[in-house]
Amino acid sequence: MLRIHKAPIVAGVLFILLFPWVTGRFPAIEHYPDLMVFAGIYCLITIGLSLLMGYAGQISLGHAAFYGIGAYASGILTTHFGINPWLCMLIGAVVATLVAVAVGAPSLRLRGHYLAMATLAFGIIVNIVFREEMEWTGGPDGMGGIPGLALFGYPLESVNQYYYLVWAIVAAAFFFTIRLIQSPTGRALRAIHVSEPAAGAMGVDISRYKVMVFAYSALLASLAGSLYAHYMMFINPSTFDTFFSIKLIIMMALGGAHSIWGAVVGAVLFAFLSFEWLHHFGELEILVYGSVLLLVTVFMPEGLAGIPAKILRRGRR
Amino acid sequence: METITFTTQLLQFTVTGLTVGAIYAMVAIGFNIIYNVTEIINLAQGEFVMLGGLIMVFIHVSLGLPMILAFIVTVFVVTLSGILLDRLAIKPIRQPSVMTLIIATIAASIVIKGTAMLIWGKSPYDLPAFSGRTPIELGGVVLQPQYLWVIGFLVVVAIGLTLFFNRTILGKAMSACADNPDAARLVGINVQQMVLLSFALSAAIGAIAGMTLTPIALMDYDRGAMLAIKGFGAAILGGLGSFPGAILGGLMIGLIESWGAGLLLSGYKDAYALVILLLVLFARPSGILGNLEVTKFKRF
Amino acid sequence: MAFDRSGSPLLEVEELVMAFGGLTALMNINLQVAKGTIMAIIGPNGAGKTTLFNLITGVFPPTEGAIRFNGLTISGQKPHRIAAMGISRTFQTVELFSNMTVLENVMVGKHLHVNRSFLACGLGLPHIRRQEKSLEAEAMELLAFIGLEEKSQVMADSLPLGEQKILEIGRALATDPLLVCLDEPAAGLNETETETAACLIRAIKERGITVLLVEHDMKVIMNISDEITVLNYGEKIAAGTPEEIQRNPKVIEAYLGDGLSVI
Repeated sequence: MLRIHKAPIVAGVLFILLFPWVTGRFPAIEHYPDLMVFAGIYCLITIGLSLLMGYAGQISLGHAAFYGIGAYASGILTTHFGINPWLCMLIGAVVATLVAVAVGAPSLRLRGHYLAMATLAFGIIVNIVFREEMEWTGGPDGMGGIPGLALFGYPLESVNQYYYLVWAIVAAAFFFTIRLIQSPTGRALRAIHVSEPAAGAMGVDISRYKVMVFAYSALLASLAGSLYAHYMMFINPSTFDTFFSIKLIIMMALGGAHSIWGAVVGAVLFAFLSFEWLHHFGELEILVYGSVLLLVTVFMPEGLAGIPAKILRRGRR
Repeated sequence: METITFTTQLLQFTVTGLTVGAIYAMVAIGFNIIYNVTEIINLAQGEFVMLGGLIMVFIHVSLGLPMILAFIVTVFVVTLSGILLDRLAIKPIRQPSVMTLIIATIAASIVIKGTAMLIWGKSPYDLPAFSGRTPIELGGVVLQPQYLWVIGFLVVVAIGLTLFFNRTILGKAMSACADNPDAARLVGINVQQMVLLSFALSAAIGAIAGMTLTPIALMDYDRGAMLAIKGFGAAILGGLGSFPGAILGGLMIGLIESWGAGLLLSGYKDAYALVILLLVLFARPSGILGNLEVTKFKRF
Repeated sequence: MAFDRSGSPLLEVEELVMAFGGLTALMNINLQVAKGTIMAIIGPNGAGKTTLFNLITGVFPPTEGAIRFNGLTISGQKPHRIAAMGISRTFQTVELFSNMTVLENVMVGKHLHVNRSFLACGLGLPHIRRQEKSLEAEAMELLAFIGLEEKSQVMADSLPLGEQKILEIGRALATDPLLVCLDEPAAGLNETETETAACLIRAIKERGITVLLVEHDMKVIMNISDEITVLNYGEKIAAGTPEEIQRNPKVIEAYLGDGLSVI
């Protein structure tokens, strides 16, 4: 079940490598690599969320907060203190991880709806802090002047450079997570998902694993936030509000939370839907959004990632 | 010039806090009715409140129907939307889990919100207060007559529901489903119908909350989500499934918000109640009046 | 007491009390399980048998009293710590990991005995990969012991109930326990399946593992246990060898009062 097939990975890597070159030939879609930078940033978050929600079975409606912590760590530390962006990214990740441990330890004792509420509340509180601490964050108007990234002394300037950087990080996170899933850690998480009493009886330290995977997903979200800040060079609180946490859930639902492939597919598809395709509907956009989500939940509970398995099952019959 | 003493100020905040809290309490009651029968958290609960307000405005202000008639028609229409929600978004789900159900109700709330935006646009609407807007002054504290309506309706809803669940066959059947759906099925209760009824009832209560709130705070298409979050918070704070808990939780959140915004930094208005909520949850994972042993038997 | 105990007991339960709100589920229970024996706990429904298991395995802490295992006090510890000390269990209603194969279920049972560092796992370091291989081999060996090796790649929840119960026992054994607590291993099984389960329990004892058993099937109880403790309404009303229990008037009364006959 969890054997990782090589073919889709090779295909995926080739796709990512060639994408900018191919889209660059067609003027109508030459801006797609820019979209893919955002898609990659979203991927980074959903990969962590997939481990947390799909494998360990813990819900979070507050991950926009960790995304925001990364972005504001980068924004504040570069503009106020002139710290190197990479170092900011690291500090942001450490802070997000620590916050995740502090919030996660008591929250993850909660189950089901109580956990959903706790993470929701946490996300809203953090967003209010972003809005209110004007001196540091620029308040609702946001903050600009965030420097871009540089690699070995050469500043990254083109969209494609950011594209490859972001997707290299996504690939690292993807492979790390996929190995984790296939290891004793991954089995322990899946065990917790199905039966906490049985997992405990097998010696799995349930709260430790939950906090660990919560912290890991927070770390990835924070990295994503930092990348966003350095790419956009401007951030404002509404990017990191509860609606973004909900959007993350939508990505998970679209792709399928039970599979790490689903996380990737959902994030990419969502980026294209929201930045590119749904614009044609104008005012109707939000309605299309909701309807798509509703149809997917009702008719495709396993998301897009569930389709290959379904076809395989049909074929075997 | 009359100086406003700290005490009158505090009393003023208390009065407004209790009023807003009463609205949250009604939303929380709506959450509980559905949760008790289905274990679903209906995050579209806030949209019922929004619909209640806007439909009332349409029927009373735009169509000019008298207040009482408009009130009844609004409750009816919103109840219908609750029924539609169950039939179109909840019932067709084949593999319910906390996550799919939360997503489904979120999706439904987005659809409802989008529809409302198409119909009413983005601007807020006002509704005449039920008995005028001449403020009542009580020892320096200014009281809008509408405040009394809000609190009055909370009392009516609470008493009505108590009678319904304890005195009527239908109500008892619903409570039976809440305690044990399998046993309820065995004694011949149609659980599907009870689920439908729970959605209808929650929608009706949401509509009442919306209609009473609009004269105080106006209403626009985008208000549902925040009301749902506050109501959900109130239900959790009081202990999911407990009706006294919902009222206590709602009033507490209203008060904390109002005091916090009035006496501390107003920008953090929405944060105070949520911080308290988190602290309560960490100390008492089942909420104030919730029962941990009961929550262990619930699937979600 | 006729039963001979050599050496100190493996598990000692002393004056154990468990109250849920106003309801007392267990009242001053004393119990000693000797190393290498099979101890059965019987009693009518609601007697507190599963509660006793939950206390021993740390699902909740006792209201009063102490549980000692291998000379150490374990009451109040978390389940995973108790598992690490050498107590494993099965569940009354099967709690298999339904999202995993039979093999993977047993591999989770090996959790305590593997390197499970987050970083090493994620990086896929060579020793983790080697470990996976040997883990699989060990798990297959255990599946052979319980007779499920041919079903290793089947999803756990698609097994028939009898095999699910056996697999749960196998998963418990994978933790290398000193004591296994089996909660109604024969419940819902037909006669052949029950016989298989009974054989397996005897084989476990032969491996030197102590067994604590809750069961309703009296034939199984009388055949395999060395000692029996009887609970009724949260109180211990009798203890002794199967022969002694069958003759005990208190036991007969408790069961007849419940409309059941002992034999």
